[in-house]
Amino acid sequence: MSNRTMKRYAPIFLLPTMVAFTIGFIAPFILGVYLSFCEFTTVTDAKFVGIKNYIRFWTDPSDVFLHSLWFTALFTIVTVLLINVIGFAVALALTKKIRGTNLFRTVFFMPNLIGGLVLGYIWQLLLNGILYNFQRNLKFSEVYGFIGLVILMCWQQIGYMMIIYISGIQNIPGELIEAAKIDGATPKQILKNVTIPMVMPSITICTFLTLTNSFKLFDQNLALTDGDPSKMSEMLALNIYNTFYGRNGWEGVGQAKAVIFFLMVAAIALIQNYLTRSKEVQQ
Amino acid sequence: MDARKAKHGWVWTIFFSVLSVAWVFPIFLVVMNSFKKKVYISKMPFKLPTEKMFVGFDNYVSGVQKTGLIQAFGWSLFITIFSVAAIILFCSMTAWYITRVKDKVTSTIYYLCLFSMIVPFQMVMFTLSKIANMLKLGNPVGIIVVYLGFGAGLSIFMFTGFCKSIPLEIEEAAMIDGCNPLQTFFRVVMPIMKPTCITVTILQAMWIWNDYLLPSLVLDQKKYKTIPIAVQYLKGGYGSVDMGAMMGVLVIAIIPIIIFYIACQKYIIEGVVAGAVKG
Repeated sequence: MSNRTMKRYAPIFLLPTMVAFTIGFIAPFILGVYLSFCEFTTVTDAKFVGIKNYIRFWTDPSDVFLHSLWFTALFTIVTVLLINVIGFAVALALTKKIRGTNLFRTVFFMPNLIGGLVLGYIWQLLLNGILYNFQRNLKFSEVYGFIGLVILMCWQQIGYMMIIYISGIQNIPGELIEAAKIDGATPKQILKNVTIPMVMPSITICTFLTLTNSFKLFDQNLALTDGDPSKMSEMLALNIYNTFYGRNGWEGVGQAKAVIFFLMVAAIALIQNYLTRSKEVQQ
Repeated sequence: MDARKAKHGWVWTIFFSVLSVAWVFPIFLVVMNSFKKKVYISKMPFKLPTEKMFVGFDNYVSGVQKTGLIQAFGWSLFITIFSVAAIILFCSMTAWYITRVKDKVTSTIYYLCLFSMIVPFQMVMFTLSKIANMLKLGNPVGIIVVYLGFGAGLSIFMFTGFCKSIPLEIEEAAMIDGCNPLQTFFRVVMPIMKPTCITVTILQAMWIWNDYLLPSLVLDQKKYKTIPIAVQYLKGGYGSVDMGAMMGVLVIAIIPIIIFYIACQKYIIEGVVAGAVKG
């Protein structure tokens, strides 16, 4: 197709998406970066104040941003490890010849389709029901909130990662494993030297997805603990939300936190991508 | 050897059966409690409802009345279907155009889409809701524009990935037969892209149906609620939550998803895998 005819049709092909993309992403992003250097309550009364917003929340003792950061970082590390190890182990077991694998896959994957808020309230009922026997509840201490969130996240995401690992394992050519067996490799050696290197692309994807999902967690946090006790189980996304909508005059600070949050997410995504891609085997 | 293998297999089957039961237990628990009087729910969620606790469908009725869940269901369905349709139509068109025409504009669009994929929603949350407000997009039709805009990055990225693999000869043949670019796209390219359309549909539908934050900030909540907004609405500002109504609402929110999942399981799982591998 000649470029000239195509270009005559450019408005039809590009305009609707680009108008929406500008409204939904480009304009809010640019305005967001600008507003992080401003003091404002609505967009129209913004006053430029330099980097004041970026300093204010580090020095304010009532702001728990740093605590949220550690809480989120620890949560991310724990969930990424648990979800990927368990997800991979289940995938290994379910790719063996076992009766009922299809049913198990269906069941394990299901929680992933339910929305974060609904999941949060389901687990609140269950965990508070257990803790009630000990005269406690999820709001008793941040440790309970943390463990609750980890359990919830595992329940939601293990099935998802398992599905990706299963497709990775099934793509390994059978001859490769046959050859290893003939050479006298033990099952452990096959796993370490054949299976894991061959599913490295799946591992890249799964660690990426779990990393960003855990780091950006919002709905589940809002529903399960809502930051209780006194903001101690507040993760970064919820902390930013509460700074915007829970504190008058702090909108600029909320936006500054959001910029930092964005930079952290971007850094994690890029570093993780670089690290695991370099371990992948060329096929 | 074979006998031993088979025996081993059964151990695993039993193990995973037990695990599967444990896996669905939380959902079962919510369903069971939705038939109990609210005072018994928080204190003894694990007890089966006895005659004294049983309330029939009262919780469902009060849940639906308190939250306007039926309308919320309708709005959720409306917003999800039309947003996904808009995303599929417009993003596939844009993606095809930017893979076929190579210039500065199209490559800028492509890199902007890649970039938008790593930007968390919190970054644009406040400004997006203000802009949507100014443009009067706080209604179920306007929010479609917002979803198209915020969902465009991933969708265009996935469509371009597929477009690159379509052989040029097919399109050239259509051109020689006298098709203009629009006809070529809808008659030739779109049908080939069907698998990618399914993948994008599933990923975006799962996101939009369950999304709470974006509609709660953009929509005029007094007039329009989606299901997640209705669920959160029950929690309200102060005081204790009506656990009975909450259970009813949760069950009604879960059931359609499970039915839909069981009906289109194969597509959903394939779509999720394809989406993850390319994304």
